[in-house]
Amino acid sequence: MKKINLDYTAAAPVDKEVLEKMIPFFSEYYGNPSSGHSLGEIPRKALQEARENVAGLIGADPAAIIFTASASEANNLAVKGFAKANMKKGKHIVTSSVEHFSILNQLKTLKKEGFSVTELPVDNYGLVNPADLAEAITDQTILVSIQAANPEIGTIQPIKELVAVAKERDVVFHTDAAAAVGWIPIDVQKLGVDMLSLAGDQFYGPKGSGALFVKRGVRVMPLIEGGIQEKGLRAGTENVALVAGLGEAARIAAEQLEERAEKAAAFRDRLKESLFNSIPHLQLNGHPEKRVPRNLNISVSFVEGEALLMRLDMAGINVSSGSSCTSQALKSSHVLTALGVPPELAQGSLQLTAGPDNKIEDIPYITEQLADVASILRNMSPLYHQYMKEAKQNA
Amino acid sequence: MPEYSDKVMEHFTKPRNIGELENPDGMGEVGNPVCGDMMKFTIKVKDDRIEDVKYLTFGCGAAIAVSSMVSEMAKGKTLDEAMKITNKQVAEELNGLPGNKMHCSNLGADALHKAIEDYRAKVNADS
Repeated sequence: MKKINLDYTAAAPVDKEVLEKMIPFFSEYYGNPSSGHSLGEIPRKALQEARENVAGLIGADPAAIIFTASASEANNLAVKGFAKANMKKGKHIVTSSVEHFSILNQLKTLKKEGFSVTELPVDNYGLVNPADLAEAITDQTILVSIQAANPEIGTIQPIKELVAVAKERDVVFHTDAAAAVGWIPIDVQKLGVDMLSLAGDQFYGPKGSGALFVKRGVRVMPLIEGGIQEKGLRAGTENVALVAGLGEAARIAAEQLEERAEKAAAFRDRLKESLFNSIPHLQLNGHPEKRVPRNLNISVSFVEGEALLMRLDMAGINVSSGSSCTSQALKSSHVLTALGVPPELAQGSLQLTAGPDNKIEDIPYITEQLADVASILRNMSPLYHQYMKEAKQNA
Repeated sequence: MPEYSDKVMEHFTKPRNIGELENPDGMGEVGNPVCGDMMKFTIKVKDDRIEDVKYLTFGCGAAIAVSSMVSEMAKGKTLDEAMKITNKQVAEELNGLPGNKMHCSNLGADALHKAIEDYRAKVNADS
């Protein structure tokens, strides 16, 4: 049976060069970068090299890069860490309704601690309107946190415009760029952001690797206190192998960004065309153009996502869904809900993310399988039968 | 994807008795798209027995397997027997359901019971 992964956002293979870069730091160059003796030297250099490569990928000063174990951790350091360090200036934070849970859930906690939070709405494509941000900022606002791109629907936010609005009011701007870095050009100076989170596993680095860019002069409190690693912002002996992997992945991503993006977009666009031409009653979720090149998100009308996912899995095709049954919390995607996608369409949503092993030649097979699965499930769907009855009556 | 038993997977991949009976004697609908599951059961009744049963289901793997299993369990049973089918029995017949999917098993028997109640209400109204 064919094996086709279309869920590379969930996980992707670590690039071979990245893995090779990592391996020596487990047993050969195992030294502690903080050691005063010579064992620490090569690991220390490796950290610096990785810092330079990560900084290079986003146009930052290497000294502004704090390594973390995930973008979730970077988001927590940025928002909680900033809020705690700056609460004397104000206790209001602005975000969007389509952020990752690593933003939204910590804001719930901060609310309990006396902060107030404004969640900006998005339009039907998932875009935040800069005018809404301007209206939301008050004298109490200390931080704006809005994602660079949405991990589920791929919509790219107008970060530069949003930053301009925040800067007019002297408010610090953080962006969760985990879904964007490595896939679209991201330059912290051009965007003007003060903090930016990224995840190595989103561009073929290892899971468990992430980083936060913190512009010089922006004060954050550490989440993990202890030693002075990472400028005192993240205590604990550095995970040199993972950091080295992140750095190498960043180096390669910077080098191959355009090529990767073009290849992913070409596959994604052909897949989209093929699916929409062959299967009736599909809806595109997210923005038609302003989206990360590897992301496709569609809703298959009249059917539920987990059933689609399971049947596609049996055909060797891996996808994910925003249906409530596929989530541990049994709630359908908050992102699709914020876009105004009706519940039955949110239930039938599929997220398809292209990756290194996807081939244009596989598109007919994917299309055929999804058409098949959709038709089997529609034939047993009360919503589809209802629709067909109404269509007959109207004809 | 949750860990489903082989029995659940079998009913999910080869669901029995799919469809909607024409001029059914009883019809029961439960659920809605917001919660993610919807079931519509239609039954034919002869001599106080469920002669035929069909269903339509919008929902996850568990919901589909549950409706298929309920239809098999109900067929040929007297109405009183069918009213006694519990959600727990359905889940047991499927060799269990993952914890967070137990609510799907509730819908199946509920929809069947609603169809029987619908039939009984009609019969009472006619007599």
